[in-house]
Amino acid sequence: MIVRVTPANANNVFRALADPTRRAIFEELTRQGEQTVHALTRYAGVSQPAVSKHLTVLKLAKLVRHRREGRETHYRARPDALAPMVYWLRHYGAFWRDRFDRLEALLERMES
Amino acid sequence: MSNPAESTRTLMIERVFQHPPEKLWRALTENPLVAQWLLKNDFEPVAGRKFQFRSEAMPKWDGVIDCEVLIVEHLKRLSYSWSALGLDSVVLWTLTPAEGGTHVRMEHSGFRLDQQAAYQGANYGWQHFFGGLERVLGELV
Repeated sequence: MIVRVTPANANNVFRALADPTRRAIFEELTRQGEQTVHALTRYAGVSQPAVSKHLTVLKLAKLVRHRREGRETHYRARPDALAPMVYWLRHYGAFWRDRFDRLEALLERMES
Repeated sequence: MSNPAESTRTLMIERVFQHPPEKLWRALTENPLVAQWLLKNDFEPVAGRKFQFRSEAMPKWDGVIDCEVLIVEHLKRLSYSWSALGLDSVVLWTLTPAEGGTHVRMEHSGFRLDQQAAYQGANYGWQHFFGGLERVLGELV
Protein backbone atom coordinates (compact mmCIF):
# COMPACT_ATOMS: atom_id res chain seq x y z
CA MET A 1 0.00 0.00 0.00
CA ILE A 2 1.24 3.44 -0.84
CA VAL A 3 0.25 6.37 1.28
CA ARG A 4 0.37 9.68 -0.43
CA VAL A 5 2.26 12.03 1.83
CA THR A 6 0.93 15.52 1.94
CA PRO A 7 2.84 18.25 3.77
CA ALA A 8 0.09 18.25 6.40
CA ASN A 9 0.57 14.54 6.98
CA ALA A 10 4.35 15.00 7.09
CA ASN A 11 3.88 17.48 9.91
CA ASN A 12 1.77 14.96 11.80
CA VAL A 13 4.42 12.31 11.31
CA PHE A 14 7.14 14.56 12.66
CA ARG A 15 5.05 15.69 15.59
CA ALA A 16 4.25 12.08 16.40
CA LEU A 17 7.86 10.92 16.26
CA ALA A 18 9.23 13.91 18.13
CA ASP A 19 8.32 12.22 21.40
CA PRO A 20 10.73 9.51 22.59
CA THR A 21 8.00 7.32 24.10
CA ARG A 22 5.97 7.45 20.89
CA ARG A 23 9.05 6.65 18.84
CA ALA A 24 9.71 3.69 21.12
CA ILE A 25 6.13 2.44 20.80
CA PHE A 26 6.25 2.80 17.03
CA GLU A 27 9.59 0.98 16.81
CA GLU A 28 8.29 -1.79 19.05
CA LEU A 29 5.28 -2.26 16.75
CA THR A 30 7.60 -2.29 13.76
CA ARG A 31 9.79 -4.95 15.35
CA GLN A 32 7.18 -7.16 17.02
CA GLY A 33 4.18 -6.80 14.77
CA GLU A 34 0.72 -6.43 16.20
CA GLN A 35 0.44 -5.71 19.94
CA THR A 36 -2.35 -5.07 22.39
CA VAL A 37 -2.56 -1.84 24.34
CA HIS A 38 -1.79 -3.86 27.47
CA ALA A 39 1.40 -5.28 26.00
CA LEU A 40 2.46 -1.85 24.83
CA THR A 41 1.78 -0.42 28.27
CA ARG A 42 4.04 -3.04 29.86
CA TYR A 43 6.70 -2.29 27.28
CA ALA A 44 6.57 1.49 27.50
CA GLY A 45 6.55 1.61 31.28
CA VAL A 46 4.02 4.43 31.48
CA SER A 47 0.31 4.38 32.40
CA GLN A 48 -2.25 2.91 30.06
CA PRO A 49 -4.07 6.24 29.54
CA ALA A 50 -0.71 7.74 28.55
CA VAL A 51 -0.09 4.93 26.07
CA SER A 52 -3.60 5.37 24.64
CA LYS A 53 -2.95 9.06 24.17
CA HIS A 54 0.33 8.33 22.38
CA LEU A 55 -1.41 5.79 20.15
CA THR A 56 -4.01 8.37 19.20
CA VAL A 57 -1.26 10.74 18.04
CA LEU A 58 0.41 7.93 16.08
CA LYS A 59 -2.95 7.06 14.53
CA LEU A 60 -3.54 10.65 13.49
CA ALA A 61 -0.17 10.57 11.71
CA LYS A 62 -1.26 7.33 10.02
CA LEU A 63 1.74 5.59 11.56
CA VAL A 64 -0.38 2.88 13.20
CA ARG A 65 -3.73 1.24 12.63
CA HIS A 66 -5.91 -0.59 15.11
CA ARG A 67 -8.59 -3.24 15.32
CA ARG A 68 -10.81 -4.25 18.21
CA GLU A 69 -11.16 -7.82 19.33
CA GLY A 70 -13.36 -8.35 22.36
CA ARG A 71 -12.12 -6.03 25.05
CA GLU A 72 -8.70 -5.65 23.58
CA THR A 73 -7.54 -3.17 21.00
CA HIS A 74 -4.69 -4.36 18.82
CA TYR A 75 -2.30 -1.97 17.15
CA ARG A 76 0.12 -2.45 14.34
CA ALA A 77 2.62 -0.24 12.58
CA ARG A 78 2.22 1.21 9.12
CA PRO A 79 5.86 1.68 8.21
CA ASP A 80 4.87 3.07 4.81
CA ALA A 81 3.85 6.22 6.65
CA LEU A 82 7.52 6.93 7.10
CA ALA A 83 7.72 8.30 3.59
CA PRO A 84 8.88 11.73 4.82
CA MET A 85 12.14 10.18 6.02
CA VAL A 86 12.52 8.47 2.69
CA TYR A 87 11.97 11.85 1.06
CA TRP A 88 14.78 13.26 3.14
CA LEU A 89 17.11 10.53 1.91
CA ARG A 90 15.91 11.06 -1.62
CA HIS A 91 16.72 14.71 -1.39
CA TYR A 92 20.29 13.97 -0.46
CA GLY A 93 20.48 11.15 -3.00
CA ALA A 94 19.55 13.56 -5.77
CA PHE A 95 21.86 16.21 -4.33
CA TRP A 96 24.92 13.96 -4.29
CA ARG A 97 24.25 12.50 -7.73
CA ASP A 98 24.12 16.00 -9.13
CA ARG A 99 27.35 16.86 -7.30
CA PHE A 100 29.08 13.73 -8.65
CA ASP A 101 28.22 14.92 -12.15
CA ARG A 102 29.63 18.34 -11.40
CA LEU A 103 32.77 16.76 -9.94
CA GLU A 104 33.23 14.79 -13.13
CA ALA A 105 32.88 17.98 -15.19
CA LEU A 106 35.40 19.77 -12.98
CA LEU A 107 37.92 16.93 -13.34
CA GLU A 108 37.63 17.28 -17.11
CA ARG A 109 38.41 20.98 -16.84
CA MET A 110 41.36 20.54 -14.48
CA GLU A 111 44.83 20.00 -15.84
CA SER A 112 46.19 16.66 -14.77
CA MET B 1 13.88 0.11 26.09
CA SER B 2 15.96 0.53 22.99
CA ASN B 3 16.81 3.94 21.67
CA PRO B 4 15.14 4.39 18.29
CA ALA B 5 17.14 7.55 17.68
CA GLU B 6 20.12 5.27 17.18
CA SER B 7 18.71 3.53 14.15
CA THR B 8 20.19 5.39 11.24
CA ARG B 9 20.39 5.08 7.49
CA THR B 10 23.34 5.61 5.20
CA LEU B 11 23.31 6.93 1.68
CA MET B 12 26.10 5.56 -0.50
CA ILE B 13 27.14 6.59 -3.99
CA GLU B 14 30.05 5.07 -5.91
CA ARG B 15 31.59 5.99 -9.21
CA VAL B 16 34.80 5.30 -11.11
CA PHE B 17 36.37 8.44 -12.51
CA GLN B 18 38.88 8.25 -15.34
CA HIS B 19 41.32 10.42 -13.40
CA PRO B 20 44.15 9.61 -10.99
CA PRO B 21 43.64 9.72 -7.20
CA GLU B 22 45.93 12.78 -6.93
CA LYS B 23 43.54 14.77 -9.07
CA LEU B 24 40.48 13.55 -7.19
CA TRP B 25 42.15 14.45 -3.92
CA ARG B 26 42.75 18.00 -5.10
CA ALA B 27 39.13 18.34 -6.22
CA LEU B 28 37.98 17.10 -2.82
CA THR B 29 40.32 19.13 -0.64
CA GLU B 30 41.30 22.44 -2.28
CA ASN B 31 38.50 24.75 -1.29
CA PRO B 32 38.30 26.83 -4.50
CA LEU B 33 37.94 23.56 -6.42
CA VAL B 34 35.42 22.16 -3.93
CA ALA B 35 33.39 25.34 -4.40
CA GLN B 36 33.20 24.64 -8.12
CA TRP B 37 31.41 21.33 -7.81
CA LEU B 38 30.01 21.07 -4.27
CA LEU B 39 29.32 24.26 -2.32
CA LYS B 40 31.08 27.45 -1.28
CA ASN B 41 33.21 26.70 1.74
CA ASP B 42 36.15 27.55 3.96
CA PHE B 43 37.37 23.96 4.17
CA GLU B 44 40.98 23.09 5.00
CA PRO B 45 42.18 19.47 5.05
CA VAL B 46 43.13 19.52 8.73
CA ALA B 47 41.48 17.12 11.19
CA GLY B 48 39.57 19.00 13.87
CA ARG B 49 39.06 22.11 11.78
CA LYS B 50 35.56 23.55 11.83
CA PHE B 51 34.25 24.99 8.59
CA GLN B 52 31.03 25.74 6.75
CA PHE B 53 29.47 24.93 3.45
CA ARG B 54 27.20 27.67 2.21
CA SER B 55 24.20 26.73 0.20
CA GLU B 56 21.70 29.24 -1.12
CA ALA B 57 19.57 30.72 1.62
CA MET B 58 15.92 29.77 1.47
CA PRO B 59 12.84 30.56 3.53
CA LYS B 60 13.52 29.45 7.11
CA TRP B 61 17.06 28.33 6.34
CA ASP B 62 20.18 30.48 6.01
CA GLY B 63 21.81 27.84 3.83
CA VAL B 64 24.68 27.18 6.24
CA ILE B 65 25.94 23.65 6.79
CA ASP B 66 28.23 23.41 9.84
CA CYS B 67 31.05 20.93 9.50
CA GLU B 68 34.16 19.64 11.21
CA VAL B 69 36.96 17.75 9.55
CA LEU B 70 37.13 14.25 11.06
CA ILE B 71 39.57 12.25 8.92
CA VAL B 72 42.28 13.30 6.48
CA GLU B 73 44.24 10.42 5.00
CA HIS B 74 46.11 11.76 2.01
CA LEU B 75 44.79 10.27 -1.28
CA LYS B 76 42.70 7.72 0.60
CA ARG B 77 40.05 8.93 2.99
CA LEU B 78 38.39 12.20 3.86
CA SER B 79 35.55 12.66 6.31
CA TYR B 80 33.65 15.57 7.80
CA SER B 81 30.57 16.06 9.88
CA TRP B 82 27.59 17.68 8.16
CA SER B 83 25.03 19.50 10.30
CA ALA B 84 22.13 21.31 8.72
CA LEU B 85 18.40 21.59 9.27
CA GLY B 86 18.65 19.60 12.47
CA LEU B 87 20.40 16.73 10.74
CA ASP B 88 23.69 15.71 12.35
CA SER B 89 25.35 13.50 9.80
CA VAL B 90 28.78 12.44 8.56
CA VAL B 91 30.20 12.38 5.05
CA LEU B 92 33.00 9.93 4.26
CA TRP B 93 34.95 9.85 1.00
CA THR B 94 37.03 6.79 0.16
CA LEU B 95 39.36 6.76 -2.85
CA THR B 96 40.74 3.54 -4.29
CA PRO B 97 42.97 3.32 -7.35
CA ALA B 98 41.10 1.54 -10.12
CA GLU B 99 41.93 0.43 -13.65
CA GLY B 100 42.60 3.66 -15.52
CA GLY B 101 41.32 5.89 -12.77
CA THR B 102 39.91 6.13 -9.29
CA HIS B 103 37.01 4.45 -7.57
CA VAL B 104 35.22 6.97 -5.38
CA ARG B 105 32.78 6.02 -2.66
CA MET B 106 30.75 8.62 -0.80
CA GLU B 107 28.88 7.56 2.32
CA HIS B 108 26.55 10.03 3.96
CA SER B 109 25.46 8.50 7.25
CA GLY B 110 23.36 9.41 10.25
CA PHE B 111 19.89 9.90 8.76
CA ARG B 112 17.63 9.05 11.63
CA LEU B 113 14.16 9.21 13.03
CA ASP B 114 14.99 12.10 15.20
CA GLN B 115 13.14 14.94 16.75
CA GLN B 116 15.39 17.70 15.50
CA ALA B 117 15.75 16.50 11.94
CA ALA B 118 12.04 15.86 11.76
CA TYR B 119 10.96 19.23 13.05
CA GLN B 120 13.48 21.24 11.12
CA GLY B 121 12.60 19.42 7.96
CA ALA B 122 8.95 20.13 8.58
CA ASN B 123 9.58 23.77 9.38
CA TYR B 124 11.60 24.15 6.28
CA GLY B 125 8.69 23.12 4.13
CA TRP B 126 8.64 19.79 2.45
CA GLN B 127 6.91 20.79 -0.69
CA HIS B 128 9.55 23.34 -1.53
CA PHE B 129 12.47 21.17 -0.54
CA PHE B 130 11.40 17.99 -2.20
CA GLY B 131 9.39 19.35 -5.06
CA GLY B 132 9.97 17.34 -8.19
CA LEU B 133 12.27 14.81 -6.62
CA GLU B 134 10.57 11.67 -7.74
CA ARG B 135 13.65 9.76 -8.76
CA VAL B 136 13.86 6.33 -7.34
CA LEU B 137 17.21 5.93 -5.73
CA GLY B 138 18.95 2.70 -5.09
CA GLU B 139 21.74 3.88 -2.84
CA LEU B 140 20.14 3.22 0.51
CA VAL B 141 21.97 0.68 2.60
